[in-house]
Amino acid sequence: MIFELFAKRLFPQAFNNDLSELEPKHIFLRKSVNHLGFKFGLTMLLIIIFLGIFGPHIIGISPYEQDLTKRLLPPIWVEGGNWEHIFGTDGNGRDYLARILYGTRISLTIGFGAAFVGMIIGISLGILAGYFGGWVDQLVNYLLTCQLALPGLLLAMTVVFLIGPSITVVILVIGVLHWTLFLVVSRSATQRIRNLDYVLAANAIGASKYQIIFSDIIPNILNQIIVIFTLEVGIAILSEASLSFLGVGIQPPTPSWGLLIAEGREALFFQPWLIILPGIALFLLVVSINMLGDGLRDITDPNSKIEIKSKVEVPISNLKQNINSKK
Amino acid sequence: MLRFIAGRLIVVIAVAITLSFITFFLLNYAIDPAQAVAGEEALFEEIEQVRIQYGFDRPILERYFEWASGVMRGNFGESYYWNKSVYLLVLERAPETITLALMSVSVTIIIAIPLGIVAALNPNTIIDRFALGIAVAAQAVPNFWLGLLMIILFALTFPIFPVSGDKTYFHFVLPSIVLGASSVPPVMRLMRTGLLDVVDSDYIRTARSNGFYGWNLTINHSMRNAVLPVVSVLAVQLGHKFGGSVITESVFAINGLGRLALESILGTDIPTVQILVFIFAFMFLIFNLFADILNAYLDPRLRK
Repeated sequence: MIFELFAKRLFPQAFNNDLSELEPKHIFLRKSVNHLGFKFGLTMLLIIIFLGIFGPHIIGISPYEQDLTKRLLPPIWVEGGNWEHIFGTDGNGRDYLARILYGTRISLTIGFGAAFVGMIIGISLGILAGYFGGWVDQLVNYLLTCQLALPGLLLAMTVVFLIGPSITVVILVIGVLHWTLFLVVSRSATQRIRNLDYVLAANAIGASKYQIIFSDIIPNILNQIIVIFTLEVGIAILSEASLSFLGVGIQPPTPSWGLLIAEGREALFFQPWLIILPGIALFLLVVSINMLGDGLRDITDPNSKIEIKSKVEVPISNLKQNINSKK
Repeated sequence: MLRFIAGRLIVVIAVAITLSFITFFLLNYAIDPAQAVAGEEALFEEIEQVRIQYGFDRPILERYFEWASGVMRGNFGESYYWNKSVYLLVLERAPETITLALMSVSVTIIIAIPLGIVAALNPNTIIDRFALGIAVAAQAVPNFWLGLLMIILFALTFPIFPVSGDKTYFHFVLPSIVLGASSVPPVMRLMRTGLLDVVDSDYIRTARSNGFYGWNLTINHSMRNAVLPVVSVLAVQLGHKFGGSVITESVFAINGLGRLALESILGTDIPTVQILVFIFAFMFLIFNLFADILNAYLDPRLRK
């Protein structure tokens, strides 16, 4: 597959048949090559990001340009479609392909932005609670219970609508409402790491709390955080789409996918592609992100059962020799 | 056990009070309530008059305590947008949402549990892959989009179920499938991993060596332990359904609390939104409490 070709070209040393000399990043690569979901998710996400960045330039049609003489043209595979507008046009005669491609940017910006905001809040609280314990931990736990009980979507709708919808507001509100997973993971990881020997040693040689947190704890919870981050990007993208669909998120004429689906609702039975196309785009983006996240979790989990297969049999005597020489 | 329940109950009440406090402040500071009542184009004098008439000029703490003591006595305030008591509004709309929530959790149970069992009994086979594939898909599909696709499908191709409204239970079938689908992935995964964990345990090996096998073994021995976490997750999911009803109800035109919430937000009807946020949060807390108690009852190790 293409993925393997790229991986082998970029990191030839990772595909050494001598397994005993693999560095951690090479082990990661070797495992990822054997994980179908990871490969699929990453490839598809990269394609979608590429389309989001360069797509609007490639087709060269503005997503905002209206042409009322060309309203509701069907896409190319429906009778009456033409190559000028491959996905047809919407109710205002705007090119649908351009709008969907442009919508990729909105979804990606909000997804990554909101997950980032949530990550900052969640990790800060999680490390505080995990490292200091005691009443700090109990306070954070209480905050967590409160946050979990809040009806996220309803509150997001209310706040976004009352403050006045814009991309920044949507990112902040979704981010502020989605930090619980980060908190739970970083807290338990910090609790576990805090009592490990090397942290105690760092403490003993006089490292300050901040040094320990930033140079000993954060690098070690990063793996799990990246997994959560990926999954949260998917959740944030879906939240934004829901908000925009209900009319309390991104406002027209900005082509957010949720908004496109809401606009297509008027022509539900006559022009179903107006709903189906942006929905598929949304689905593919979130599926690829989720598969990437699940894959990352499997690969970075030290207990994972993914085996590194070496294509050429390495003589066992060779391996033994290597181990002996290392001793 | 009683001490455990009492402890949990205190936390629930404390959280409920905190949340009501937060929502009240959020909604009264984010916008000017007098402006919301008077409307967008109101003159400055009109807004000031409304402010005095409705008492918005009083300190916010005083208003909070008045509101909270009203809520405890069942007086949810007056809706500016609907010109009606909020209590009556909620009472009118609640049955639809309760029906929807219960039916959608039933859909989740019907789909997720058999799927989880079948996947766990055939790990790493094509059946397992298929079940996990469904979970991945159900996690990524936008709720409202699934609803619209169902409407297209069932209105034109298979006109079995009505696609809009809330007159009969048949009207709730499609919305329940849509709302229930979002809970399938966590429940299914939990059922699967729960069964897989149990299969390796000593007591199953003993049961096997005593001659139990097949469905008998699964249902009478493995399920007993594996189903515990599933039940508590189902209770939590039921709590989520109230907040999740906003989208489904607006797609399928069901006049429930979710739709009331959306309409009240769009009409900047602060008293209604306030009480709905509180009710949804409270529902979640209650079902969570129920799940905790159930777990503690079934597993004495959790009662500390």
